[in-house]
Amino acid sequence: MQINGAQMVIEALIAEGVDTVFGYPGGAIMNVYDEIYKQNDFKHILTRHEQASVHAAEGYSKASGKVGVAMITSGPGFTNAVTGLADAYMDSIPLVVISGQVPMSLIGTDAFQEIDAVGISRSCTKHNYLVTDAKDLGRILKEAFHIASTGRPGPVHVDIPKDVTAQIAEFDYSLELNLETYKPHVKGNPRQIKKAMEAISKAKRPLFYLGGGIINADAAYEVRDLVHKTGIPAVETFMARGTLSHDDDLLISMLGMHGSYAANMAMSETDLVIGLGARFDDRVTGKLSEFAKNAGVIHVDIDPASISKLVNADYPIVGDVKNVVKEMLELSSEIKSEKYSSWRDTINQFDELHPLAYHEDTDRIKPQWVIERVGELLGDSANISTDVGQHQMWSAQFYPFTRPRQWISSGGLGTMGFGFPAAIGVKSACPEKISVNFTGDGSILMNCQELMTAVEQKLPVINIILNNNFLGMVRQWQTMFYDKRHSETDLSVQPDFVKLSEAFGGIGYRVKTKDEFDAALKDAVEKNIVAFIDVVVERMENVMPMVPSGGSLFNMMLLEKKEK
Amino acid sequence: MEASERRVISVIVVNEASVLSRITDLFSGRGYNITSLTVAPIPDSRYSRLTIVTSGSIRVIEQITKQLHKLIPVLRVYEHADLVEKEMALVKFPVTENITDISTLCEAYNGKIVNVGENVIIVMVADEPKRVDNFLQVIKRYNPKEIVRSGAVALER
Ligand SMILES: Cc1ncc(C[n+]2csc(CCOP(=O)(O)OP(=O)(O)O)c2C)c(N)n1
Repeated sequence: MQINGAQMVIEALIAEGVDTVFGYPGGAIMNVYDEIYKQNDFKHILTRHEQASVHAAEGYSKASGKVGVAMITSGPGFTNAVTGLADAYMDSIPLVVISGQVPMSLIGTDAFQEIDAVGISRSCTKHNYLVTDAKDLGRILKEAFHIASTGRPGPVHVDIPKDVTAQIAEFDYSLELNLETYKPHVKGNPRQIKKAMEAISKAKRPLFYLGGGIINADAAYEVRDLVHKTGIPAVETFMARGTLSHDDDLLISMLGMHGSYAANMAMSETDLVIGLGARFDDRVTGKLSEFAKNAGVIHVDIDPASISKLVNADYPIVGDVKNVVKEMLELSSEIKSEKYSSWRDTINQFDELHPLAYHEDTDRIKPQWVIERVGELLGDSANISTDVGQHQMWSAQFYPFTRPRQWISSGGLGTMGFGFPAAIGVKSACPEKISVNFTGDGSILMNCQELMTAVEQKLPVINIILNNNFLGMVRQWQTMFYDKRHSETDLSVQPDFVKLSEAFGGIGYRVKTKDEFDAALKDAVEKNIVAFIDVVVERMENVMPMVPSGGSLFNMMLLEKKEK
Repeated sequence: MEASERRVISVIVVNEASVLSRITDLFSGRGYNITSLTVAPIPDSRYSRLTIVTSGSIRVIEQITKQLHKLIPVLRVYEHADLVEKEMALVKFPVTENITDISTLCEAYNGKIVNVGENVIIVMVADEPKRVDNFLQVIKRYNPKEIVRSGAVALER
């Protein structure tokens, strides 16, 4: 059929089964918005900032497993969205981001709101396109969705000049994709898998090292089977929280910079690391030369470039972790769970020696308590997103996750301002779950305008501000490594967060005691509108334990023991 | 520090807009070296071939090839072991220099005089990059006014 470029965008989104688009209009994308106005097949959510459009699409994608879609205009619209693209790229989140561009005839003239968008997005997308002819648009959008969601997922950016959205051409979305240069390796090499299983059956102290790739690949339940069948203990990365349920006997919590003592000690003592969808990030490994020093390494990853990038893999397996784990399951009968009982005992002793904990030694509420309390009160019924800082690490440490896709946080880029818009995306994907965003008094101000989006769209996100009057995480480093010179991290001057929320039509609570907190949370859940719960917490609390950056995992700074 | 090695890598890419900048951005963005880069379409196909001379530790070279392969328009990446490698240089001399000597030298390096003008002569040589280095060393005494090198092209034996 002959239609214009803008109509092609709509048709493609419908054909891809997109039900929600997050975006913000402007001159260069107006033709597409005109078509959005005319249709009823999908919903458009107007965020109040383009960065938030992309973060919301990320939250939507992380919670639902589908491709997230954001739509923005040229120039400042696009540059505002770049942080979101970079965030999605680092965390391998499948997105299609469509931007308007100035008309072809004006490209290169420094026209009004012109920016070299594909030049900018090249380094923070899996792939990108500048569409120069409407006849290519259908194919490009189809490729974009395919590339975003297959192999190692990631954001794809499609930049469309205004005249191309007006241009009329033939459109047929049933075309076959012919991407001869893009063929992700999804099936692991069977011989290599067999060798890896033999190595596991010979190992005395093997350890599963579970990464975010498992969540992306929807492989958590297969991984649960493999862990239980083999009886081999497992550590999770920050991105992998929820792969195993918090009450699983074989889960030894999170490892890395703010991982538990037991997880980091297990990693230091293991003789075989079984890495699944994990990329040996520097926040996980600490000092590389000391990381799992005496262990062999099995590394399963969809991205060949991730394998042996930092830590040499003795058993590299390129493939989709879900496929590979299924094959591992078939070969797992050789492995006798009883063999590892003393290894599991050793790890349990580590855990008893230094459990993840905190001291209730001040009048103020401890931030960790808030997270535990939300876990007790809401548990599985909530999806949890966060901003970036101490509150984020405490959330990863203390929330009792029960399932994959329950945990949504910015790992690779560590983007303050991510949490609230992401939670809006999460809520729109999973309306039946409560959407909680743990945030800081610093982070929340980076996208607090999204109160308007949440109120307008009736997406009742509960923002719990762990208010320590500081850029807490930076303050912690200044305390520990800069002789307490708290340079520009004091946030004593603050807005009234209750009034801020109310000004947008939300609800606000200022909480100083535990009872007040319980009441506020209960009320916010019942009222079911967007809320800020501003919790006055202990100001100087540090995230513990901690591996100082560049240090070895087994050399942690630990929570001081208090005599009762 | 791991030892740094010189490597020649060929990359076959789909001929499309901005594919070259995808490659060079990858190198600059990840801090890899480019010593030289040549590129031209492969006859009768929709592909181009790039020859990249680079250097780095074994780990870096492995990452370069893997990361190149991840780019969507890249069809194939060859990290050459046994190859024939050629590079060209054009050199401009004042005509007042000893043209016979220069001409003989050029012949020794697979070259010749390609242009004689009123004030300058231009010669070309085409040889292995190391030998082109030598040539450029030797001709210093004839006061070359300008030198251009092409970057290497290579084929697996
Ligand atoms: C956009 C952005 N700017 C700066 C930083 C650096 N940074 C990391 S954590 C942090 C402090 C966060 O403070 P807050 O949101 O109050 O959370 P807290 O650490 O107090 O829990 C800062 C400034 C960042 N991660 N992202």
